[in-house]
Amino acid sequence: MRRAALSALLSHWRRQPMQLFTLLAGLALATALWSAVQAINAEARRSYDAAAGTLGLGAYETLSDPAGRMPLATFADLRRAGWPVSPVLEGRLVVTDQRLRILGIEPISAPVASLPAGLGAESGLTPAELFLPPGLGFAAPETVAVLKDTPGLPRLMADPSLPPGQLVTDIAVADRLLEADGGIDRLLLLPGAPAGLPTEIAPALRRAAPQDQGDLARLTDSFHLNLTAFGLLSFAVGLFIVHGTIGLAFEQRRPIFRTLRALGLPLGVLLSLLLAELLLLALVAGLVGIALGYLIAGALLPDVAATLRGLYGASLPGTLAFDPAWALSGLGIALAGALVAAAHGLDKIRRMPLLAAAQPRAWSTVSARALRRQAAAGAALLLAGAAAPLIADGLLAGFALLGGLLLGSALVLPFLLSAALSLGASRARGPQAQWFWADTRQQLPGLSLALMALLLALATNIGVSTMVSSFRLTFTGWLDQRLVSQLYVTAPSEAEAARLRDWLQGRAEFLPIWKVDLPLHDAPGELFGISDSPVYRSHWPLLDAAPDAWDMLFASEGVLANEQLARRNGLSPGDPVTLGPGWVLPLAGIYSDYGNPNGQAMIALPLMLQYHPEVPRLRHGLLTDDVPGLTAALHDEFGLPRANLINNETLKATSLQIFDRTFTVTAALNVLTLSVAGFAILTALLTLSTMRLPQLAPLWALGLTRRRLARLEILRSLALAALTFAVALPVGLALAWCLLAVVNVEAFGWRLPMFLFPRQWLLLFVLALLAALVASILPVRRLARTEPSQFLKVFADER
Amino acid sequence: MLVQARDLHKTYKTGDGVLPVLAGVSLTLDPGQTLALTGESGSGKSTLLHLLAALDAPDSGSIHLAQTEVTALDDAGRAAIRRERIGLVFQQFNLIPSLDLAANLAFQARLAGRHDPDWCAALAERLGLTPLLDRFPEQLSGGQQQRVAIGRALAPRPDLLLADEPTGNLDEATADTVLDMILELVAETGAGLLMVTHSTRIAARLSRRLHLSQGRIA
Amino acid sequence: MNARCLALLATLAAGPAVAQGYAGLGTQADGFAIPAPETRFSFPEDHGPHPDYRIEWWYLTANLTDADGTDYGIQWTLFRSALAPNEAKGWASPQIWLGNAGLTTPTDHYAAERLARGGTGQAGATAQPFEAWIDEWRMASTAKTGDQLDALTLSANGDGFAYSLSLDAKGPLVPQGVEGYSVKSPEGQASHYYSQPFYEIAGTLSLANRDVSVTGQGWLDREYSSQPLSETQDGWDWISLHLDTGAKLMGFRLRDRAGAPFTSATWIAPDGTPTPYPDGALTMTPTSDTEPPTSWQITLPAQNLTVQIDAINPQAWMPLSFPYWEGPVRISGSHAGRGYLEMTGYPEPE
Repeated sequence: MRRAALSALLSHWRRQPMQLFTLLAGLALATALWSAVQAINAEARRSYDAAAGTLGLGAYETLSDPAGRMPLATFADLRRAGWPVSPVLEGRLVVTDQRLRILGIEPISAPVASLPAGLGAESGLTPAELFLPPGLGFAAPETVAVLKDTPGLPRLMADPSLPPGQLVTDIAVADRLLEADGGIDRLLLLPGAPAGLPTEIAPALRRAAPQDQGDLARLTDSFHLNLTAFGLLSFAVGLFIVHGTIGLAFEQRRPIFRTLRALGLPLGVLLSLLLAELLLLALVAGLVGIALGYLIAGALLPDVAATLRGLYGASLPGTLAFDPAWALSGLGIALAGALVAAAHGLDKIRRMPLLAAAQPRAWSTVSARALRRQAAAGAALLLAGAAAPLIADGLLAGFALLGGLLLGSALVLPFLLSAALSLGASRARGPQAQWFWADTRQQLPGLSLALMALLLALATNIGVSTMVSSFRLTFTGWLDQRLVSQLYVTAPSEAEAARLRDWLQGRAEFLPIWKVDLPLHDAPGELFGISDSPVYRSHWPLLDAAPDAWDMLFASEGVLANEQLARRNGLSPGDPVTLGPGWVLPLAGIYSDYGNPNGQAMIALPLMLQYHPEVPRLRHGLLTDDVPGLTAALHDEFGLPRANLINNETLKATSLQIFDRTFTVTAALNVLTLSVAGFAILTALLTLSTMRLPQLAPLWALGLTRRRLARLEILRSLALAALTFAVALPVGLALAWCLLAVVNVEAFGWRLPMFLFPRQWLLLFVLALLAALVASILPVRRLARTEPSQFLKVFADER
Repeated sequence: MLVQARDLHKTYKTGDGVLPVLAGVSLTLDPGQTLALTGESGSGKSTLLHLLAALDAPDSGSIHLAQTEVTALDDAGRAAIRRERIGLVFQQFNLIPSLDLAANLAFQARLAGRHDPDWCAALAERLGLTPLLDRFPEQLSGGQQQRVAIGRALAPRPDLLLADEPTGNLDEATADTVLDMILELVAETGAGLLMVTHSTRIAARLSRRLHLSQGRIA
Repeated sequence: MNARCLALLATLAAGPAVAQGYAGLGTQADGFAIPAPETRFSFPEDHGPHPDYRIEWWYLTANLTDADGTDYGIQWTLFRSALAPNEAKGWASPQIWLGNAGLTTPTDHYAAERLARGGTGQAGATAQPFEAWIDEWRMASTAKTGDQLDALTLSANGDGFAYSLSLDAKGPLVPQGVEGYSVKSPEGQASHYYSQPFYEIAGTLSLANRDVSVTGQGWLDREYSSQPLSETQDGWDWISLHLDTGAKLMGFRLRDRAGAPFTSATWIAPDGTPTPYPDGALTMTPTSDTEPPTSWQITLPAQNLTVQIDAINPQAWMPLSFPYWEGPVRISGSHAGRGYLEMTGYPEPE
């Protein structure tokens, strides 16, 4: 019985391959976008975990000198005073064009968890191999591949748990590579360490709490949440398609269901067969989707990696590892999505009376009342979204706002379209126009899901591109202002730096760029000392400032904070800023500082030198009209390598490059989402066209040519797309505002002004019309080619 | 006795109130007997057929099919009765459009688990469908489709064949051929036949006639 | 401390070759200085490290008693092990330092370990003023006159114990073997070896929750070599005995899986005059069937000595990177007194 019935059910797909294709494609696309995002996130998390795992160093309290590296003797003195500490030396090195982060640990005193796995007792390594030159270095396999045979490096061993670009090695090797001369960046405080500070032994040392292990993960959380939100959105759009096709497949097979039931197939068996069919289809679509998702993720990953490196300094491998976890989750969401999409249809079949007229009808015919109910639900969602930031804080509230806005407006859309079409109908003169409006309105229920998908895609597109463009405009302007010096030069040593300053006297004005890293309001931060140059007053952009901010600053009576520091701590001008133990200054002003995850503050240079006399004085910004000349002169006089001399054009270009790569992924997902929406419209139109014949036949009989009918059909699609765009525009702008004013502030700590880009809208409008046009061409061509006999059959078959 | 229906009542709720359709109908049918049910539109003859086919349940009254009290069965029990013991032929042919003729013909027999390929082939032959077996329903004429529906209904060798205006959509000549085939096959299988028709010409060909008027046997 | 690294360093002295003999002490001495019979000590320089030799130690044991007469033993050892025969400043140093400390009571035994690299100042030794240290563990000269080792202060700590002691030498430094050239095998493996066995000690032991004032006798061994064992020697049993007569006896028995054990002894008269005895003069016979044996019969017929030594606490295993047994003993028989027993190369008890 089951086999006979199942074969009857499945035979439907053989006769309707296009429908089968749209169902599978819709579900596969939705799954693909979702699992692509999941794959990228999973890959990133794996990297962070690897980083956190190997640098288990972060789990320990540390002692460090804010002024820089401490001498080797400090370590020995502390050990001899009974402090269980282990030294860490870190630094960057450029080897064969590869930026390499060197992490030097001392394997004898370091905690076991922080050692590379390759140091295990079973490794067969001898102490001589580890401790005597050339020593051993552990790095990710791809890093080893790039670096191998590089002279000067230790013997390299691959360790897949390490993030790329990092070399973990004995501190002796690190010391040699970084020419640290025994210097130590920080000391890990191991269990059993005394409380307090070793003031007698090393008064300069500061104690820092263990880093949050998930530091990197937390920093990048917002980025991944963004991606996830995009993935979910794409999935939702995909589900619209699936819901549409499954609903259609159910509706078209209603007569079969009835016949089967009339022939004695129990309802339970019918439902379970439909469910089995659904799961089978979802499984196939899910597998295809996962494969597609893997491809998409692989294509996007290099950009994501570049973004994360540029924004947060997090290192990701350039290639994707296959992880069964996300593949399974992709399959799971495909199944769940299919079930959600089919739940309504299955329920309708369950309640389908055996003897109702077995005539196929537009399956989603909705009454005006249902339309109003849906609009009311949409309005409620809009309100709830708007209320979210009032109730809760943080990124989640931001995304609740976004979700409410998008979903709510999608639900309201059919009601608005219906109202607009009624208005059109009431204004229409002539029977043909009247029929056009009325018929369009009649088509609305069948198209509304696809149009909702289009609305989501358009609004997201408008919102995200407005956000990105606003950001880019602000960022470019800010860079122009912010890069006040024409040339940036870094001296290799303090002595060279002093000689450089002497040499520059009379040649160019120079601005010291001297900073110390220190905690600011309990979070990682940096403190700059700047000299009193008019160029700051005229160029440095301040978002909010006391009237005499610059005077306060240079009189050592105030401090400037970046937007991130100010926002995170709710600081406004006049509020106290703590720069160190017992060192508090009022906030004079707030400056924007895009792209920096950390808090930052600026004080007058003399104040800096007073509190941190040991600040490294290596970097300087030079004000000059003759960049090439000065560059050449510096090169000749000081033999500075290119890397130490950067002009602001290069810097600007690099910054913008990082910026653009940051949003490549966003743009790619944007395009993908729009294509999915276009596909949704195509599906819906195809679906409707199969049911159009009985509705169009009377018009044809009354004297409208097939060509004319086809043109009207296209016009209808265009009109609906245009109306949808009209709704999408304000929704998209609201979305952009949310992103700029709520989500960005929560995620990155900066708020951006919003700019409008009408030309982008026009482009998108044309795109939407194009999508509707392309989607309607196939069904309309089918209509235009319909044989007159087919029209006649409509009448012949009618009772 | 094959069918015994007693005092069947059925009403439908409509927007205007309760519409009585059957108001105490009783009838019997013996194996091998053919019964024509006639009456005007709205007289309740289709409803009566649906009740006898276990597609619907009466408000009151009872129906026995041989020893089984159909009216006492639950939904699954009624489905089993339909599957195994009743053949149904509708005015719309209700073929499964996505299956070819051969599959349509054998369909109910396979559902009922009593598919007999020889019998199916014989039916196809008798119904003149053999050359059309690999076609799909939409490629057939109305008469051909109805012949498939008859074949499908008889393939599981039901005790009772119920037909609702089986020739209503067919021209007169075709209708006669179809009717001949039904009667011939019913006689051959020994099944009982109850046919709803508005045509007295067709009703005259059956062994018994009942006329339904305003929900009662006239 | 770092278990994985310790496992790695367990093959410490082995160099690139596979470890042989106890703690790799039986391997070739490539590039390292080799002890020579004609070498004579030069103090205070030889109190300091000899980086051109592969291994070296500053090894102090003490038999102590408290006011109630309860016996205690302490051990303080600093090992130096070189990966290459030189010294360098900073992290480039090829020297590895290992500290072991033990404290034994009749009922309890404590052991602790420290590990450090040379060149950084975390661990090391200096000849004048004399100091040997690793982390906060310290053995330092307090001598105002005379030899640097005549007066010392000594401290160490570990899980559940700590000690801080003052040591005062009542006799001269004593060269072991022939003028400090101590032969370890019939093939001629040898070390440079001298002792200061005449310490009188006072100080404090800190145990779980009590401080104990103690007095007693101490014995410092200084030894350096590059290959002190032959390849077939698996371990040794070593004694340092303070006899009630004021005489001292140092003896050891090197077990050889290829043949008879190799023994060596030095009789030290109360005035410090050493009499070295060659292989066979001393016999050491286990009298307990435990592994390792914590009771022995010792005979040195040339000095009319036949004594029984018994561990004050048989559970004196040092479960460290190089596991061994080390604890105080009571002496009975022809002579009485206290001493220390060290046994290496036995399987670690469960």
